[in-house]
Amino acid sequence: MREIDVSKITETVKKLVIDANYYIGKDVSDAIKKAVSEESSPTAKEILNIILDNHEISETEKMPICQDTGVAVFFVELGQEVHVTGGDFEESINEGVRQGYEEGYLRKSMVGDPVIERKNTGDNTPAIIHLTVVPGDSIKITVAPKGGGAENMSEVQMMKAADGIEGVKNFVIDRVRRSKGNPCPPVVVGVGIGGDFEKSAILAKKSLLRDIGQRSSDPVMAKVEVELLERINKLGIGPMGLGGKTTALDVFIEYIPCHIASMPVAVNINCHAARHKVVVI
Amino acid sequence: MAEVYKLNTPLAVEDLKKLKIGDKVLLTGIIYTARDAAHKRLVQLVKEGKDLPFDINGAVIYYVGPAPAKPGYAIGSAGPTTSYRMDPYTPALLDIGLKATIGKGNRSKEVLDSMVKNTAVYLAAVGGAAALIAKTIKKAEIIAYEDLKSEAVRRLEVVDFPCIVANDTFGSDLYEEGMKKYNEE
Ligand code: SF4
Repeated sequence: MREIDVSKITETVKKLVIDANYYIGKDVSDAIKKAVSEESSPTAKEILNIILDNHEISETEKMPICQDTGVAVFFVELGQEVHVTGGDFEESINEGVRQGYEEGYLRKSMVGDPVIERKNTGDNTPAIIHLTVVPGDSIKITVAPKGGGAENMSEVQMMKAADGIEGVKNFVIDRVRRSKGNPCPPVVVGVGIGGDFEKSAILAKKSLLRDIGQRSSDPVMAKVEVELLERINKLGIGPMGLGGKTTALDVFIEYIPCHIASMPVAVNINCHAARHKVVVI
Repeated sequence: MAEVYKLNTPLAVEDLKKLKIGDKVLLTGIIYTARDAAHKRLVQLVKEGKDLPFDINGAVIYYVGPAPAKPGYAIGSAGPTTSYRMDPYTPALLDIGLKATIGKGNRSKEVLDSMVKNTAVYLAAVGGAAALIAKTIKKAEIIAYEDLKSEAVRRLEVVDFPCIVANDTFGSDLYEEGMKKYNEE
């Protein structure tokens, strides 16, 4: 048994949420640079260049890339040989969020009850934590701050087996088409197929942790990803929805087994501020 | 071909009439921030015939809920939020003198019609370009609804705040036309 104190987890999470919000991945910057060279719309080029300048400014000034520093979404892989000591595991993550969002000057965007009062909790907690227990004696923590604009354009459909892969493709494309400029295109499209109602959605979100350009390990799905990306970029929505060829930077598909009667499909849209950072303790 | 215009606030109708969709605008002067919760209160004041917390004649409202300012900074990252959530409130404000709104994403038919009727424009700011936009904001001060925190109404002093004309005073819509032009389906 390896002992890890909760204070170590809090400290790690605090730094992680700040880093994720200040520094965009090189994969995203590179994909946008490539898009600038391929765009023919002057407005689209202008917007993409502004996005690139913003990456530099946020990095040098140590400011969040976007003011919507998101819901703090975590994927945690907890090694089964780890003994967490000194307190409550989930609370240690929330404490890291609390400290990181305060000390990093990140916006607090959580309301305590979603319908009636919608009062801000004031510290961006609670975080959303997806926990799995895995072999080993380490803890892998991934944070993916998720802004509201893109999250609001996401959807789950309980499709029929008869809808087939063409049905899945049409649903994904239609979802992006209906989103227009709202999720801050160029977007990253996460698709989760199978499992059950909630599992498909978690899978779609998890697919967004891939780096831009990283294809599915399944050759059939890898092809579908490429086809979908091409078709989405023919929609014409373009950067910020103002027209152009760059509507999406990538499409990621993940799938898992499901019930004989079901075919759940979830589409989780991410914006160009596609933030995620990983650390292993 | 798209033009670049440097405009000062409060906005003059003659200036607005020059603008066409796709033009770039660099705004200098005072603009006000408001999101959903503040809009609800502003429109309530209009209904009751009471004064707004700022002069709405020729005014610009920016849909933003900024991140907190670091010490020595006027404001934290401050990119636009999605505009459609303000659509139900916007025509009432355009009717009493609001001349431009800044946000991201397309507007409802009611807002488009109201802009033509009132000679007003909708300007798109680049969503997610929040640190870059913050640098054009020289001063920020809460003037109403402090209890709404990041959603309070702020008075911003901006210099060359960058945006793109998405809807002009002639009823053209860059969301529609841009998408049509680049659609290859
Ligand atoms: S959708 Fe993304 S880039 Fe746009 S405002 Fe929200 S978090 Fe920022």
